[in-house]
Amino acid sequence: MSAHGTYVPARQDSRTCGNARRGSTLFTVDVLELARWQFGITTVYHFLMVPLTIGLAVLVAGMQTAWVRTGDVKYLRMTKFWGKLLLVNFAMGVVTGIVQEFQFGMAWSEYSRFVGDVFGAPLAMEGLVAFFVESTFLGLWIFGWDRLPQRVHLACAWAFSLATVASAYFILAANSWMQHPVGVELVDGKPRLTSIWAVLTNNTALAAIPHTVAGCFAVAGAFLVGVGGWHLWRTRDDQHGDDGDRPVWRASVRYGGWVGAVAFAALAITGDLQGKLMFEQQPMKMAAAEALCHTEQPAGFSVFAIGDVSRPDCEDVKSITVPALLSFLAHNDFTSEVRGIEDLVQEYRERYGANYPVDDRLGELSGQPIDYVPNLPVTYWGFRLMIGFGALSALAAVGVLWVTRRGRIPRGKWFPRLALAGIATPFLANSFGWIFTEMGRQPFVVVPNPSGVDGVWMFTARGVSGLTTGEVWTSLITLTLVYGALAVVEVFLIARYVRGGVAGVMPPEKPDGTSDDHLAFAY
Amino acid sequence: MDLADLWFCVIAVLWLGYLFLEGFDFGVGMLMPVLARDDTERRVMINTIGPVWDGNEVWLLVAGGATFAAFPGWYASLFSGTYLLLLLFLVALIGRGVAFEYRGKVDSDRWRRWWDRVIVAGSLVAAIGVGLLVATTVLGLPIDADGNRVGSPFAAVTAESLLGAAALVGFALVHGSVFIALKTDGDIRHRARAFAIRVGPWALLPLAGLLVVVQLTSGKWWTWTAVAVVLVVAALAFERLTAGREGQAFAALGVAVVATVVALFGALYPNVLPSTVDPAFSLTVADTASSPYTLEVMSWVALFGTPAVLVYQGWTYWVFRKRVSTAHIPPVHVP
Repeated sequence: MSAHGTYVPARQDSRTCGNARRGSTLFTVDVLELARWQFGITTVYHFLMVPLTIGLAVLVAGMQTAWVRTGDVKYLRMTKFWGKLLLVNFAMGVVTGIVQEFQFGMAWSEYSRFVGDVFGAPLAMEGLVAFFVESTFLGLWIFGWDRLPQRVHLACAWAFSLATVASAYFILAANSWMQHPVGVELVDGKPRLTSIWAVLTNNTALAAIPHTVAGCFAVAGAFLVGVGGWHLWRTRDDQHGDDGDRPVWRASVRYGGWVGAVAFAALAITGDLQGKLMFEQQPMKMAAAEALCHTEQPAGFSVFAIGDVSRPDCEDVKSITVPALLSFLAHNDFTSEVRGIEDLVQEYRERYGANYPVDDRLGELSGQPIDYVPNLPVTYWGFRLMIGFGALSALAAVGVLWVTRRGRIPRGKWFPRLALAGIATPFLANSFGWIFTEMGRQPFVVVPNPSGVDGVWMFTARGVSGLTTGEVWTSLITLTLVYGALAVVEVFLIARYVRGGVAGVMPPEKPDGTSDDHLAFAY
Repeated sequence: MDLADLWFCVIAVLWLGYLFLEGFDFGVGMLMPVLARDDTERRVMINTIGPVWDGNEVWLLVAGGATFAAFPGWYASLFSGTYLLLLLFLVALIGRGVAFEYRGKVDSDRWRRWWDRVIVAGSLVAAIGVGLLVATTVLGLPIDADGNRVGSPFAAVTAESLLGAAALVGFALVHGSVFIALKTDGDIRHRARAFAIRVGPWALLPLAGLLVVVQLTSGKWWTWTAVAVVLVVAALAFERLTAGREGQAFAALGVAVVATVVALFGALYPNVLPSTVDPAFSLTVADTASSPYTLEVMSWVALFGTPAVLVYQGWTYWVFRKRVSTAHIPPVHVP
């Protein structure tokens, strides 16, 4: 059928210049490449703040509930301490989120025009249903400690923390539509929404949402374990015992450990679900995740590869594999066939074209062959690093529950060191997961749904705005510098508040037990 | 009136909410070095908007998201056409938001001085950015038949759009100082009122200028009426302020915002982004609107969502209705 019967690897130069596609150098980098880097940097950065906010918000609401129900002051001190760290982080999540919301129109205007009828709705709902609740009730929670009845104040904590989860739902429904477009028909060359229900209950979204939210809890759990573990170790010889904050740190570590362990179980189950959907909906992404060049039956799961995985013909890759496991992961059947990159490229060329159309707006890509293979080193290693760091954080969570069982506190220096280092693992797993998910769908920005409406897909190259390189360089450099500086400030502040312990965030008590008419948590 | 027209009104209402609420937030930020004499007074000022500024900012996010959902072509052309301007605006919002949250987190004069600078500059630049953006969408951009900007990255910066920036800065100064007069007690309240009375009439001149320019370009008889309303209620606001009725003055300014939005968006309709190259290229409500189904879905969401937002945001203002004074500010307590 196709004029391009045999597959020729499109990236001969990949050996020498990793992901500098099309051999471009710094000074000829085009708007597309810059806009992609900018979206990648700002999104990964934003998603460092978001999971901590979502996970910690819900956990803090849980702590406050424990306080209201038991009256145990330990829980109040936990709420105040972790609540303060939540606030330091929350501000960053909010301000970097504004950039995300605007960036679609700014740098991806063609994409916005193409998908607007579908994609804008969940975004607007996120604002109207989630962001308003989140920001308003957070304000009430911060300033309302002395102004609101205890239970109303607690309800505010739940309102804003559940709103952060709701925002994850809407934005992931939007993202999942890009991975698997549903609920649309094609009118005048553009997708038109026919069922919002289909978009909001997209099976891709229903798997991605619990997976991502569990990733948020893994982050928050590891944060509790890390910070709490360090404090617990420091107070191990505290003569005052229960008079100090040792119970606060113990409870935090145990709480964090359980949350991390449960989150990992949820991550494994939902990750498996996502994988099976991906084999159906985005076979190329999964083939790329495995660097599976040739169709195999049964297919083994690659644990580790030696050699250059960037070549889609796999000429010199030696891979350590678990036989037939990939077949099982794909189809719950150890003997099934899993399709490889070469076959898929062939099929994609037949279905979606071998060459980009001749169009000035595509720049260098105009009329060029379409490279259907995602960046293999990034997808292959990204997938493994996601799973690897996820498993490490699960190990840490279970391990900490074991070593702190029945009132024990490890005495060795290894404990605080590992606990603090463990904070990084779920962050890394999340970041690699997103990099894999988004890089793995290239060259598409809207991936064609194999069983969906014909024509509802878009190449990333077609989505970018008609900007000058100068404009995108300016924003890329500016945002990267601003984000870098703010990262330093945030880490500095978090470290300061962590060191300060609970005493640093509790309002000073007056001896006679009365309170002045001061603003709680005032700026 | 079909759903597209309704959504044009919804977008205008979202801008109305944003300009009204963040108008005084910007004003409070810009006026910090003018009205406050010491750190406690600066904290009084920040705490007047402390519980609400973040919720106020969401009006902008929702205005952006709703424009994306209801008028993708408008969102795409306006946001890509004013790219650098939006970048500047975003950086200002980032700095300002973080500064509110971080300035009190370390007990050091230097630390606070730096963040105060970010609050002042961020509020000023963000106000300029919003002014430019609103003026640009009303007065137009050089866009071609596909809705893409032709001409320089600075095409949005014209004498008229700069007038829009001045209009918003001026209005925010007045709105912010009246808000401070309404929400504080003690010296700072009197200083704020004196500032509003002294500076107000001049600060609102650019707004009047912008309204007249817009009406001369694309006004209709009823949008001229709205301009007249703006002038009358602004005068009323000053009369009430001099009479010592800060609440009434603030309410009058609120009516001025409503009339301003009616005058601007009324003059814009049926366009959403005029083309300054050729009127035939102008984006209109009809040709940028999403499908009737999408608009219907969004209408249901807005029908239930918006009243809820108004109720709980209103409740927040009720909870924190008390005037803030230096006596309410606790001593600095940080690790």
